[in-house]
Amino acid sequence: MQRKPNRNRALVLQCLRGSKRYLVLAAFEVVLAILMLYLTSYVTSYALDYVLLGDDPSLPKWLFDFLTRRSEVTKTYWFCGLMFFVFTVLNGLFTFLRRRNVSVASEQMAKNMRDTLYRHLNAVPYDYHKHVSTGDLVQRCTSDVDTVRRFISNQLMEIIRIVVMFVTALVMMLSINVRMALICMVTLPILAVLSFVYFRFVRKYFTEADEAEGALSTAIQENLTGVRVVRAFGQQRAEFDKFTRLNTDYRKKNIFLNRLMAFYWSGSDAIGYIQIALALVFGVAFYANTHGTAHPFTLGNIYLFISLTNRLTWPVRQLGRILADLGKATVSLNRLNEILSVPAESEPGKAEKQLDLAKGIVFDHVCFGYDTPNDVLDDISFSVKAGQTVAILGSTGSGKSSLVQLLQRLYPTTSGTITVGGVPINDIDHETLRKSIAIVLQEPFLYSRTIKDNIKLVRPDATDEEMYAVAREAAVHDVILQFADGYDTIVGERGVTLSGGQQQRVAIARALMQNAPILIFDDSMSAVDTETDAKIRDALHARHGKGILFLISHRITTLCEADLILVLEHGRLVQTGTHAELMQQDGLYRRIAEIQDAPKGGAIA
Amino acid sequence: MNYDTEQDYTNEKVDLNLWKRLFGYAMRHRTFLVQNLIALVLVAVCDTLYPILTRFAIDRFVNPGGAPELTGIWWFGLGYIALVLFQSFFTMVFIMRSGDIEMSMSYDIRQEAFWHLQNLSFSYYDKTSVGYLMARMVSDISRISEMLSWGMIDVFWSLCYVVFSVIAMFLYNWKLTLIVLAVIPPLAIVSYVLQKAILKYQRAARKQNSRITSAFNEGIMGAMTTKTLVREEANSAEFETISNDMKKASIKAQVLGATFFPLIISLSAIATALALILGGAGVGATLAGTTTFLGVMTAGTLVSFINYASGLFEPIQNLAGIFAELQSAQASAERVIGLLDTKSDITDTPEVTERYGTTMDPKKENWEPLVGDIEFRHVDFYYKESEPLLKDFNLHIHPGETIALVGETGAGKSTIVNLICRFYEPVSGSILIDGKDYRQRSELWLQSNLGYVLQQPHLFSGTIRDNIRFGRPDATDAQIVHAARMVHADEFIIHQAKGYDTEVGEGGVRLSTGQKQLISFARVILANPQIFVLDEATSSIDTETEQIIQSAITTVLEGRTSIVVAHRLSTIRNADRILVIRNGAIAESGTHDELLEKGGYYHDLYIHQFREETLSKALE
Repeated sequence: MQRKPNRNRALVLQCLRGSKRYLVLAAFEVVLAILMLYLTSYVTSYALDYVLLGDDPSLPKWLFDFLTRRSEVTKTYWFCGLMFFVFTVLNGLFTFLRRRNVSVASEQMAKNMRDTLYRHLNAVPYDYHKHVSTGDLVQRCTSDVDTVRRFISNQLMEIIRIVVMFVTALVMMLSINVRMALICMVTLPILAVLSFVYFRFVRKYFTEADEAEGALSTAIQENLTGVRVVRAFGQQRAEFDKFTRLNTDYRKKNIFLNRLMAFYWSGSDAIGYIQIALALVFGVAFYANTHGTAHPFTLGNIYLFISLTNRLTWPVRQLGRILADLGKATVSLNRLNEILSVPAESEPGKAEKQLDLAKGIVFDHVCFGYDTPNDVLDDISFSVKAGQTVAILGSTGSGKSSLVQLLQRLYPTTSGTITVGGVPINDIDHETLRKSIAIVLQEPFLYSRTIKDNIKLVRPDATDEEMYAVAREAAVHDVILQFADGYDTIVGERGVTLSGGQQQRVAIARALMQNAPILIFDDSMSAVDTETDAKIRDALHARHGKGILFLISHRITTLCEADLILVLEHGRLVQTGTHAELMQQDGLYRRIAEIQDAPKGGAIA
Repeated sequence: MNYDTEQDYTNEKVDLNLWKRLFGYAMRHRTFLVQNLIALVLVAVCDTLYPILTRFAIDRFVNPGGAPELTGIWWFGLGYIALVLFQSFFTMVFIMRSGDIEMSMSYDIRQEAFWHLQNLSFSYYDKTSVGYLMARMVSDISRISEMLSWGMIDVFWSLCYVVFSVIAMFLYNWKLTLIVLAVIPPLAIVSYVLQKAILKYQRAARKQNSRITSAFNEGIMGAMTTKTLVREEANSAEFETISNDMKKASIKAQVLGATFFPLIISLSAIATALALILGGAGVGATLAGTTTFLGVMTAGTLVSFINYASGLFEPIQNLAGIFAELQSAQASAERVIGLLDTKSDITDTPEVTERYGTTMDPKKENWEPLVGDIEFRHVDFYYKESEPLLKDFNLHIHPGETIALVGETGAGKSTIVNLICRFYEPVSGSILIDGKDYRQRSELWLQSNLGYVLQQPHLFSGTIRDNIRFGRPDATDAQIVHAARMVHADEFIIHQAKGYDTEVGEGGVRLSTGQKQLISFARVILANPQIFVLDEATSSIDTETEQIIQSAITTVLEGRTSIVVAHRLSTIRNADRILVIRNGAIAESGTHDELLEKGGYYHDLYIHQFREETLSKALE
């Protein structure tokens, strides 16, 4: 509990690096703008006292002397009007500068925060992504960052502004007349407390109104997505009644909230105006009582006090809201720190960058599991020589995908060693390791950009000819050319939806582009028809050479060509060997082979 | 969630008819509206009175240049406070009533729109995304209600305040008033132009913001791919250019926004300064016993002019702001009205409604019981005229018969289902239910007797019990449990933390696909329809659940006319009649054995399917 606020502050400070000076500047500009604002009030007061009535304008002696000694121009209305204009423009200028600097600082901070989060989300182990919801993460990275940004740009500056305004006004008024100053401030504490209490009190109702809106939206959304079910059961009326209930609730809660607002704003309005009435009446009384004395309370003073009082009440009424919003920033920062505190993928002790792939790949008593040490893979040992093709067969959940993913160190093994090119993978620099291995997933992820960009992702400098070549090998070149925009077709979320097989083939082309010595196909031709499958395999064999190829598949035609076949069942390696060897054994492999070899025709029926 | 879809506005002109129509919704709350307007006028009157009171206090009590006079000052103070309380009361009234109008309007429009959506035909749903409709129902309706309540209040108050204060000023000194007013036109123009520009920049910034959101989304969804391709660095670098664009766009919008206030106050300072210079000289002259061109001026009048002059920029700024926003609000209004004006393709004729009632008020006493005989007679159908789907399609399904529809994607299976459910109607020809064209009875009559289970079962948030009860809201708990038992859903339900009262989460996210399937079967059993439509799931589930689901299907099919878009052998094999659909026609028809005998398409399909299924069984 103690450490959290510090961590939050550290995060904000870290993201503000390089832009703190903008905030400091902004703070100065806040002070200057307020001074200018007060000076405009002063000018009018000066005009009334000195220019109009020839009284003492309540200025420090040195300033008064400075203004009046040189010339008579300071005793003209022109001078006052001009000063009024100049001070207003300066007030505007400083306000502008303050807001500019604050927006530069807060936007820079938000950018740094987003960048940090994005980078971190890339750096955390894959395991983390499997256990969190995308929606929640995106929400945090966008809304929560925005809440923190608003805190820096609005609340922080507003608090500074209110404090400075209050202190300056107090000093100005006290220096003129202590009793009058106290009278003009008498309701401010009431307003401040009222505002604070009120905004704390309504927070609950704000949340309730928000929730009611959420429930309403959910109901609409579910009704729209489930329109078939609603119609097929003839439940339109019931759905409408449900909606009416939620809509009524939403209306009721918001109207109630608005009632509360109406009470507060009109009530605090009344207090503010009564304060002005007090300033006016007492000001006049002070004026009358001190008229003709050595230290009169002047007409200008009345004007000045009323004007200062007026300028103070509005921000004080908002104070509670600003303080209530402060809590939100803390909550958001906590949520962001929760993400950032997830440790990044660890780099191995010895980050070996040289691999001699002629030494092949060795799995030595490898175990892996999520809940127990070996509930996914249990004691897997085999070795692959350079130039070999390995086929893996097994049911869903037998650990096939995990096995190849371990090879890329996407997960850590619980025990046992995996050696690639003679080096245990825990001692290989992760970039070197992953760049040596190209993997195609069963449900590949394509980025929402052009097909060309997707294929050239790992080698942006590749020529178009190279791209066409790999696309041909992946048997997708002709398909791509049929799209209206060819290779410039945008895929994914913002573009064309490719069929499963097309996606797989684009992903295959992307993997081939990598030119990695180790190539893994994780059931990545499942959505491709048998004929195309064969074509792609031919191309693979042709380019294969010294590389190592892993194929996870159910198709015997794919499996039987492999140099080594691994059969997995419930995380255990139950059979290894070549097609010929495995056909001799009674087991899963032969059963599958027999099913697939079954003659066409009515024989089975 | 943010459903707002930013769109460029096509219509630059303010469409008065549109607003008139929307104003009709506000007029439904006439009492509120009238109270609101009265309150506003009074509030504006009070706002105008304050400077007058100050003027009075200065001239009467302070009496600059003469002796101060305190008689009556306390009465004056009390009067001032009375005015304050009077105004506060009406401030409260107008805030309340504006909120009431806003909420009542959005309530009414939402009710109407939601009901309208319940009656729109599927042709509309098929070409309209849920996100689009959500934006209409949520943000657009809110925006126009806000515009017609608070926006209108702002306009009205601002106008009243400007008019009243101009009148007050005129009464005291018309020449000085004209001088002060000279600043209003430039103030209004600058405000309007700037506010429009600011809105434009804000939209640009919001666009960047949605890019950031999708970049995060993609980064997180593609985490595995990023790692396997070692794209961490490259992705981060790309992200940084996007976040940089976002930063720039936001700063730009904010900096432009920051120029607004300085410009406005500087302009209005000119008015105040003029009042000070000319008015001050006028007062000086008056005190000295002469006059300037302004005539007699008192100190009180001077102070009140300064107050009025500096108070003018707020209403002007308000007015300009509203007009700048009007255009985007109009775009919202157009979209909402567009939704409300969409006509449904499928409606019951007045004669049908007369006899069978509407969806809202069905006359169930006139409904004939449904037997379950379905006949397609010379049915032609297409979604687009250039792509005919069914041509002279004929089919007779007898009561209680189970029909399996097989065939490739796009062959026309879903079309047949859509027609039977009357989600669509034939373009020509007719569909007869129990021997009578279904257009001669109400939509609800048919659909209330229909059970439908989709490939992706759709559940509503709420408890398991609520979901099973969906098709028959008056079912007892015992009936619900009975229905769940019949499809063997009871077993998993009682193992949930709260049994039947377990919340399923939005869209049923907390349940597995298999569990959702079972609940949707229980839902059908409970509703006990005469016609049952099943769009079988293609995705594989584990063997055990699969077996339970198979037996659930058998239970559900029993004794009803059933149409199954079938993917699994066991379902197909158990059908009374298998229809192979190709290119919108029945290519083969018969029982499993008959069709195998034929050695046609079904035979090939069967062999292939058989292999796949045996293979996955072997792998289990």
